[in-house]
Amino acid sequence: MATTTHGHEHNPALQHHYDTPGQQKEAATLGMWAFLVTEIMLFGGIFLAYTVYRWAYPEVWAAAAPHLNTPLATVNTVVLLVSSLTVALSVHAAEQGNKRQLVTLLLVTILLGAAFLGIKFTEYGEKFAHCAGYANPLAWVTGGERLGEAECLVPGANFLFPAEAAAESGAAAGEAAVAHQPGMKSPHQLFFFLYFCATGLHAIHMIIGISVMGGITWMAARNKFSPAYFTPVEIGGLYWHLIDIIWVFLFPLFYLV
Amino acid sequence: MSTTALPQNYITNRATTATAWIKSWLLTVDHKRIAILYLLSINFFFLIGGAAASMVRLELVTPQGDLMSADMYNRMFTLHGVVMVFFFLIPGIPSVLGNFLIPLMIGARDLAFPKLNLLSWYLYMGGGLFALSAAVFGGVDTGWTFYTPFSTSYSNSNVILTIAGAFIMGFSSILTGLNFIVTIHKMRAPGLTWFRLPLFIWAHYATSLIQILATPVVAIALLLVMVERIWHVGVFDPALGGDPLLYQHLFWFYSHPAVYIMILPAMGVISELIATFSRKRVFGYEFIAFSSIAIAILGFLVWGHHMFVSSQSVYSGLVFGFITMLVAIPSAIKVFNWTATLYKGSISYRTPMLYALGFIGLFIIGGLTGIFLSVVAVDIHVTDTYFVVAHFHYVMVGGTIMAYLGGIHYWWPKITGRMYNEAWGTISALVVFVGFNMTFFPQFVMGYLGMPRRYHVYPEEFQIYHVMSTAGSTILGIGFIIPIVYLLLSLRYGKIAGDNPWDAPGLEWQTTSPPPTFNFETQPIVTEEAYAFHPEAAIKDAEAWRPGSPL
Repeated sequence: MATTTHGHEHNPALQHHYDTPGQQKEAATLGMWAFLVTEIMLFGGIFLAYTVYRWAYPEVWAAAAPHLNTPLATVNTVVLLVSSLTVALSVHAAEQGNKRQLVTLLLVTILLGAAFLGIKFTEYGEKFAHCAGYANPLAWVTGGERLGEAECLVPGANFLFPAEAAAESGAAAGEAAVAHQPGMKSPHQLFFFLYFCATGLHAIHMIIGISVMGGITWMAARNKFSPAYFTPVEIGGLYWHLIDIIWVFLFPLFYLV
Repeated sequence: MSTTALPQNYITNRATTATAWIKSWLLTVDHKRIAILYLLSINFFFLIGGAAASMVRLELVTPQGDLMSADMYNRMFTLHGVVMVFFFLIPGIPSVLGNFLIPLMIGARDLAFPKLNLLSWYLYMGGGLFALSAAVFGGVDTGWTFYTPFSTSYSNSNVILTIAGAFIMGFSSILTGLNFIVTIHKMRAPGLTWFRLPLFIWAHYATSLIQILATPVVAIALLLVMVERIWHVGVFDPALGGDPLLYQHLFWFYSHPAVYIMILPAMGVISELIATFSRKRVFGYEFIAFSSIAIAILGFLVWGHHMFVSSQSVYSGLVFGFITMLVAIPSAIKVFNWTATLYKGSISYRTPMLYALGFIGLFIIGGLTGIFLSVVAVDIHVTDTYFVVAHFHYVMVGGTIMAYLGGIHYWWPKITGRMYNEAWGTISALVVFVGFNMTFFPQFVMGYLGMPRRYHVYPEEFQIYHVMSTAGSTILGIGFIIPIVYLLLSLRYGKIAGDNPWDAPGLEWQTTSPPPTFNFETQPIVTEEAYAFHPEAAIKDAEAWRPGSPL
């Protein structure tokens, strides 16, 4: 071990402050795992808020959840799970030193990630289109079909939950979705606020994940990896899997309650 | 070694133009240079926070609000709190001393992720820029805790800018912690087993665990406050169905452990100082090592003691109070073991040791009053009074700043290669100790008598205590300015220190002062435990002693 400081310049992937490639890889992997722990704590705050408010307003959750687009989200879940598979396969391809397969699988992963984001933004678009008074995002752009019953599920000043509005506009008080105190708005918007926060934060992570995968693909295409060195593929894959797992929790919590 | 010039080291530079020189500092990935960047920026923020504190103390000299309005006063103490907590106390010791010393102490050439380390500094500066611009554009009046719903719905000040600053700085803290954990796990020199590590490393390991586990939680809480403020949704606003207590839970889940982010590295510094200046292995090494981990774990279970009067149930109050008392056990283990280390040690009262002994005294007062406050009934009596203010200043300032200054003095010869003026060092350590006690001890008294915190006007009977406190803070301020002067002067006029001026064991003293860029000429190999003072060290000290010599 008594090597001099610059005794290992033969390996370009080995940074100067590490002794062996094994040490460098272990450090990178441990670093990524530690980072994933911080990510879980970050989302943990949102999950805690979710738990507190679902506990406080179970009826609101039951009434609000059906207003999300469950079929689209189901498709999205499948898309994301398949992307997890392609990432796992790409790590395998890197291990084998199969460059063509590695690049292809990484590109498929990026495409699937982009598809997920596309579908997610369609869902968001739907909510925003409703606020603008149109039936769907396409109609909003083209000035087409109007929305039948006024509804705005984007949290903010214009928030309008249909059942809540009906209760306020003179229907019998007992029919209100929740009993709320005078002067206090009903907490339906909390559900949608948490929905936008949690899925928005997740989407930001997806965007970061896609850029990371893009960088790794570029490195792979430039022959940076070999069966002896493919740490970025591996730790990039870890990050991607984490994003997927978070979605696996978000999906039932928001869409399937 | 030559006595006229320092050897080639990490500071010396081959840059020929000014641009190249600036680049060699701002784009460096050398942990030692990054530590210097932190040293300069953290001290800058300390001076800003200190200036705000001086304004607060000045206003409180008279019972009337004659220097500033209530609103201005709110902004001033918030500036003091935000800057001191987020930009001085939390990053202080880990980012300066930890950054510089961890690779040196474990015999590594750098931290595990040098570029990430540089990114941490830029995030720190970015966060600082946000927080300072908030101050420039009129300040913020929520207090450093940003309690909802005031911060989300009612405050008219720059809450978003300030919170964004704390949020960004949080990521700097996370990345530093992550870097330290991986470095300590994977980069130790051959033969350096866990139980041969200096206690400084153990303390930083415990700190880093808190940083990576707790900081993301406050990040999401602050993010929710920002979102709520922008879009007026009611996640923390009871008028919209939200729960303000949820914010307090999320906030204190970080901000209580955060006080251990401040004090644990300080304890690590103290362990080093006590050992070196007693010429003895630290008594109960394993107990001190594990007490750091125990404090980190228990620290996660006590956040509710900040919420005794926030409509938390009596039962959870009692449980949180009980667990809070448990924190006293590992803390006391440390204090007793340091004291036992002193016993029959060959003690020398050099400047760093004065700070270390001061730390022990102040920490005992701060810690014991912490136990008073963990008793729900007592806490309810003194909640939001100066008693609490005095308590946490004794722990955070008396603890962290004493250790920070002690550590800076102790490792100054290693960092710069030169010795400072010992006489001025001694004087300033004593001035800080006296000034500190004079500032904060009267606050215990007036707090117990009922003086509430965060008020700029008060009944006349408290004036005597406030005047004492302000006078003390002036002395304290002088105590902080003296070291700045003589430490800067030492860069030019200081004696060349040599590799190991304190005759201390530990890998950082085996390399040259200042260390070369890659820290060690050859990879060190460790064959003995930490603090292995050779038995004749004490005898040698005794022989070298003559009247008037400090060592």
